[in-house]
Amino acid sequence: MIDALGYTFMQHAVIASLLGSIACGIIGTLVTVNRMSSLAGSIAHASFGGLGLAYLMGFDPMIGATGFAAISAIGISAVSSEKRIRTDTAMAAMWATGMASGLIFIKISGTYSADLMSWLFGSLLAVSASDITYAAVLDIVILLVITGLYKEFLAVSFDQEFSMLQGVPTKFIRGIFLILTALTVVLLMKITGLIMVIAMLSIPAAIAEMYTGSLWKMMILASILAAVFNLTGLSLAWMLNLPPGAVIIIIAAFAYGLSLIVERIRSGVA
Amino acid sequence: MNEVIGLKGVTAGYRRDNPVIHDIDLTVPKDDFLAVIGPNGGGKTTLLKVILGLLVPWEGSVAVLGRPPEISRSEIGYVPQVIPDESFPITVMDVVLMGRLKNTGLIGRFTCKDRKTAEMNLERLDVRDLAGDEINSLSSGQKQRVLIARALAGNPQILLLDEPVASVDHNTQESFFNLLAELNSTITIVLVTHDVGAVSSHVKSIACINRNLISHDEELLSESVAKAYGCPFELISHGGIPHRVLEKDKKTVP
Repeated sequence: MIDALGYTFMQHAVIASLLGSIACGIIGTLVTVNRMSSLAGSIAHASFGGLGLAYLMGFDPMIGATGFAAISAIGISAVSSEKRIRTDTAMAAMWATGMASGLIFIKISGTYSADLMSWLFGSLLAVSASDITYAAVLDIVILLVITGLYKEFLAVSFDQEFSMLQGVPTKFIRGIFLILTALTVVLLMKITGLIMVIAMLSIPAAIAEMYTGSLWKMMILASILAAVFNLTGLSLAWMLNLPPGAVIIIIAAFAYGLSLIVERIRSGVA
Repeated sequence: MNEVIGLKGVTAGYRRDNPVIHDIDLTVPKDDFLAVIGPNGGGKTTLLKVILGLLVPWEGSVAVLGRPPEISRSEIGYVPQVIPDESFPITVMDVVLMGRLKNTGLIGRFTCKDRKTAEMNLERLDVRDLAGDEINSLSSGQKQRVLIARALAGNPQILLLDEPVASVDHNTQESFFNLLAELNSTITIVLVTHDVGAVSSHVKSIACINRNLISHDEELLSESVAKAYGCPFELISHGGIPHRVLEKDKKTVP
């Protein structure tokens, strides 16, 4: 594994794993406490439509995915503020429409299926320098926004109605949250693939929730856990010659199962 | 100004042609302690939303402290219903600090004064020692006190409570109402509840809501009426729904 670090692609993979964990831990925490993991899933799958369009029109797939992710996030939030349409129905529709349109675009464009597989299941060993820049910039933006608006994010997540009565611009905060979620989803697609994005956003945060009593502690622990899962998954995948995204998810799921058992025993003793 | 909350001919709801509350008139004078009683689905929460300016009525006018509710709702301390078994990683102190959000700008940090005010209100509600605890580790009754402390942290003129008795067990109900009575010396209190038996003698006026609203004035609650029935409560029936209005007289009840 240490020898592997001599390769540029492995250095990229390690850096992307670490940068990805920061976004993953912070946004994953917000997604988890707001019970919005299906929203993250639907954004991820909707962005597949953007990938398809990018292959068809010949522009950067990252731009296509980001665009579709952002549009779907805004679309869902617009629908959910109108109570008449059920949010989960809108999310399910977005989820399926993204996949369907992506599939059609890709079929027409005649793209080689290996490219497709890398988006669906991640391509950690093929992370480019521009992907790393994307991750670094996103991390900086997330850290600035969350530290600056921490009390607002905490308040809106805990009790939206009360926050609104206190004069907090709840729609604005929700909007920022959804956009950051969309951008994080696209970044994580590079690591674990769009199918497994939900797991990466929710598992580290769910484990962190069991052991922490405040939102910022949960964010830090979730980021550390995500980094550990990413790096151990990457190493193991390298040694066993397996796809890293999948190994990362298996390790995360294993850790989640283990902490559920630990939690069960702890609460049984207490 | 004597009128704190004034509703005139208010009709509101969520779906057209199906108003949840219909043609409601309500006047709450300063320093009142009003209990609004009604069955589930009777429009209690809708009434609160209208007063808070979260729901714009289809017809009629709403005034809080003589101004539209959207403007004067910063003077209302809102205490929502306690949701049991809710998991959210937040400390008691951070919950109470939410009541100070309107005093700090966006991006700005909570100041020393904000923390002092939060602590003072936790003290007032007798839950100061829980400040560092996680909200989920508290009992429903303690959570309720924290939510009241949060509402009071903004120094409101009106306290609005949604189903406050639901999370207080019968043994502590008396002390809970004593606490509200104490707060009532400086703050106008309005609470809504479906639990008819839970309305205490500390309450100064009672209104019943079930789509329409009927205020029971002083006379009806007077000692003489209670005595006429030979017991400290009476049955009132209007709109086909009979209910009790309690008049606990400390002299007659052992």
